[in-house]
Amino acid sequence: MVHQYKLNGYNIVLDTCSGSVHSVDDVAYDIIELFPEKSEDELVDIILERYGDREDVTEEDVRLCIDDVRTLKDMHKLYTPDTFEPLAGEFKKRSGDVIKALCLHVSHTCNLNCEYCFASQGKYNGERALMSLEVGKKAIDFLIEHSGTRHNLEVDFFGGEPLMNWDVCKEIVKYARSIEKEAGKNFRFTLTTNGMLIDDEVIDFCNKEMSNVVLSLDGRKEVHDRTRVDYQGNGSFDRIIPKFQKLVQARGGKNYYMRGTFTHLNTDFTNDIFTMADLGFKELSMEPVVSKPGDALALTKEDLPILKEQYEILAKEMLKRDIEGNGFTFYHYMIDLKSGPCIYKRISGCGSGTEYMAVTPWGDLYPCHQFVGDEAYKLGDLWNGVTNKDRQEEFRVCNAYARPDCRDCWAMHYCSGGCAANAYHATGDVKGIYEYGCELFRKRIECAIMIQVAHDALGLEPIKGATAGGEDCDSCEEDCIRVE
Amino acid sequence: MERIKTLETRDLCESA
Repeated sequence: MVHQYKLNGYNIVLDTCSGSVHSVDDVAYDIIELFPEKSEDELVDIILERYGDREDVTEEDVRLCIDDVRTLKDMHKLYTPDTFEPLAGEFKKRSGDVIKALCLHVSHTCNLNCEYCFASQGKYNGERALMSLEVGKKAIDFLIEHSGTRHNLEVDFFGGEPLMNWDVCKEIVKYARSIEKEAGKNFRFTLTTNGMLIDDEVIDFCNKEMSNVVLSLDGRKEVHDRTRVDYQGNGSFDRIIPKFQKLVQARGGKNYYMRGTFTHLNTDFTNDIFTMADLGFKELSMEPVVSKPGDALALTKEDLPILKEQYEILAKEMLKRDIEGNGFTFYHYMIDLKSGPCIYKRISGCGSGTEYMAVTPWGDLYPCHQFVGDEAYKLGDLWNGVTNKDRQEEFRVCNAYARPDCRDCWAMHYCSGGCAANAYHATGDVKGIYEYGCELFRKRIECAIMIQVAHDALGLEPIKGATAGGEDCDSCEEDCIRVE
Repeated sequence: MERIKTLETRDLCESA
């Protein structure tokens, strides 16, 4: 499938099944659009009628351009047919029951009372709870036991607020490190925190052991403090900013993400991203709120065109700052055209419920963190493994080709079918279509590729993909925090 | 004149 669009002065053509990206002029743009349904002579007539008054557009030149398009088609860089569907189920079948990533809910409690929290202030609609070291160690053993030949294993400390159970987090890391070499594994730990309990000891440990840290910050003080408050109703901005700045500086400004949430109340979210950048944070992520329709913070249909424009504003500002040498990254714009994911990764879905699961404080297994607390989606537990095979099968077949509507979408090989939890919450079916999210996703991809095209045109370094960080990351070389 | 600039990308068909 070919997708064409114009953005920021660039004419961009994506050949979605080969992964090719072409930057073209107006003449080539029109030829590529009309090529599948017009003869060469018809094409020449149309193009000369449109552009014949330009000195650089002659019949000979138009025929040369048509020939270039034909060559690209023969090279499978344009109009490449989609032959990948048989591979979609093959990868998961080949992987069997391999699990390579766990989201450890070490704390079902939180020291903040954020208004939009999808996890009901960390309790996930249940009781407050902390994971014991016994359960944590069992999770590590479970992951090793079920990881097959996978070398890289991922564990995210999540909550609630994981720093409220920090001693257990550290002991889990120590336990994993003590057995990983013998098991032939490489653990990559990440921490997602609201920052309230960060101190020097946390910073030191994170910088030794965490491949990545995700720091919750919503941008402008008035935006952040409107929703991210403690149980006395006090905003958290002034308390966390110095801690985040110290942590990021101690990490050498790498292997972290500032992770914000935007809602109906700050649809001008680019200003929050720019605020983060101006505070010295350069690795940024800002996500749409997950909430029930009708909620005061929920994004509305009327917000959609505003949000799409915001993504364009963000892309243009990022380019401007890149040129000025003061750039920052935005998670969704970090597309690596040369070393991006293979086709198996692109069509196999996100992996929730199969290679990725969430573990509750008492050791129950769920398809991902967003299903925790929904008893119908409990898959099993650490001691008995996955016992709800029927439910797991729903996720195993949840790939890019599982939704008929996705087949006509040019972004299918970029999103892999999207987030199963978002689909479930929007439609009641993990294979449903969360169209609102799709609209935003497509706009983000268009902006991300425009930035790549602009970097190429302006002679700037290409954007790299989002890495997991840690010792297998090849982007930081000798100054990597994990190299001793 | 060059009307089409093709960026260097990973070939998805090869990646299969």
